[in-house]
Amino acid sequence: MTVLKEINIGESVETTLEPVSRMDLIKYSGSSGDFNPIHTIDEEAKKAGLPGIIAHGMWTMGNLAKLFTPYHEDGFIRDYNIRFSGMVFLNDVLTLKAELVDKTDRLLIFDVKATNQNHKDVVSGNLKFELN
Amino acid sequence: MYKEYIGLTSSKTRNVVERELVRRFAESIGDSHPIYIDEEAGKQSRYGKNIAPPTFPRVLRSGSIEGLKLPLKGLIHGEQIYHYERPLLVGEEVFCYSKIEDYYEKEGSTGKMGFLKMKRYGEDLNGRLIFTEESIIIITETVRRSLNV
Repeated sequence: MTVLKEINIGESVETTLEPVSRMDLIKYSGSSGDFNPIHTIDEEAKKAGLPGIIAHGMWTMGNLAKLFTPYHEDGFIRDYNIRFSGMVFLNDVLTLKAELVDKTDRLLIFDVKATNQNHKDVVSGNLKFELN
Repeated sequence: MYKEYIGLTSSKTRNVVERELVRRFAESIGDSHPIYIDEEAGKQSRYGKNIAPPTFPRVLRSGSIEGLKLPLKGLIHGEQIYHYERPLLVGEEVFCYSKIEDYYEKEGSTGKMGFLKMKRYGEDLNGRLIFTEESIIIITETVRRSLNV
């Protein structure tokens, strides 16, 4: 495991997810209790004026935070702010990225985002990681 | 008008951060890391326990806000903001309540957009803050008109 505190400004951590599947969203509906059918049932998504089912914004936000999970012994996520800027559809391929933009003795400040296969941001924001 | 809702607060609701819920939640965001799900890994960690993923508080209950009427359809989740004093621990009790922090409107391309800021507070048994979770919900003019507000 790398040590997050050694990261320099301008460096980033990144990972690409498997294509979004219906089962991902069914599982998230169950685990989160958000059963809004626009996330799982095609006809309901169409009735709502969407071309197809879309991922829960919180599913994407939850995924994005996992970039930091391996560093739980270095510190914890103190602040995590996200703006939902684009919809995520079935089979989209998301890339998660966190770039260090500032640091102090106690805090690492990252710009974080998830982009789709067309390089469009679907969620973006910032995250403050407090070092122990 | 939603402005009248500002300040409305729910009563505190007791929750337990249940191991099985955390495990399922972590799995559903593709993050089945031992720090969330493996008891031994939790014991070895600096917290001495497993922790919950940062977006887990969505699962907790915070009681309903009396008098608040929101449409069931057509709401847009605009932003989500978490603040933690420390990670949430598996097995601990957390007392949650929600508050309407703000409501404001902005002109958008499709008419006036309403922004409702709801914040949930999670405290320990002694009333010390563990986390806050803020959601900004966008209510479009079309939706508002259908409700006559």
